[in-house]
Amino acid sequence: MKIGKGKKASSEIPTSSTADIAFLLIVFFMVTTVFSATRGLDFDLPKEDESAQAIEAVEAVYIQIEPDGTLLVDKTPMEVSQLLDYLEPKLKIGVGNPNKPVIIRPDPAAIYAALVDVYDELKTAEKRGFEVKNISIPTQREIEEYIVKFGINPFDI
Amino acid sequence: MKKRRTTARATAAIPTASMADIAFLLIIFFMVTTVFQVDRTSVVLPLSSVRDEIPRGAAFVVLTEDGALKFSNGADESQLVMQMEDIYFAALQLVDADPLFPFVIKADSKVTCGDIDMTLDALRRAKVRKVILLTNQETVS
Repeated sequence: MKIGKGKKASSEIPTSSTADIAFLLIVFFMVTTVFSATRGLDFDLPKEDESAQAIEAVEAVYIQIEPDGTLLVDKTPMEVSQLLDYLEPKLKIGVGNPNKPVIIRPDPAAIYAALVDVYDELKTAEKRGFEVKNISIPTQREIEEYIVKFGINPFDI
Repeated sequence: MKKRRTTARATAAIPTASMADIAFLLIIFFMVTTVFQVDRTSVVLPLSSVRDEIPRGAAFVVLTEDGALKFSNGADESQLVMQMEDIYFAALQLVDADPLFPFVIKADSKVTCGDIDMTLDALRRAKVRKVILLTNQETVS
């Protein structure tokens, strides 16, 4: 009987395929990674709290968005870029009332981009040294409820 | 007298020892930054200059230009839904478990505000508190 000469065991760990596996994983993560579409505009909906009924009656700023995207701010036609100039004296601390509500009412036929434009512009007020704290976008149902409750349409005043 | 110099022989092998290190470094980077999308619907998002980070696991309400409506609870892929009431009931369940559960509205920039109104109304009725309007970065022209 012949006893075969045994192969000498290599003392090295085979790592030649490590880079291949690593690059395969890189390609997978590159394909599945999303960078851009993970941010947006924060919009906190109000808490439905019964105790919050007794709020101070302050005159709000009404921004209406027409179907063609034009703005009526307190019934005055205005460009989006003029919004903060108009709001600054009304909301700046020491000059106006920083808690004054700003109510946005887009026409149902207006496009969403017009609404985002206005909302984004209001959010940039911090760069000018003031803040629009109370931004509200009431829904049609809420406006109807308001009309039933108080007998007036705030957007027709 | 000429002296014969011995020159160092250039090796033909490319040094690849650090290749795996670089590759694994890149893997870790992509693993950390990867966010698995629960919705891959192609929409033209509106632009905004102010953009906040979306919390992980947020629910998605998707509105496309052609009127399609989709919903994802943040864990599963988004599914087509027939009516806004389906979103209301789904939101109700999520808010019941966590009152501050975040919702993302991913709507095409050409969607009408009437549709957005209905979406916000459904979320309001379900007592949703945290909503994020998904946007793309506005570049200064």
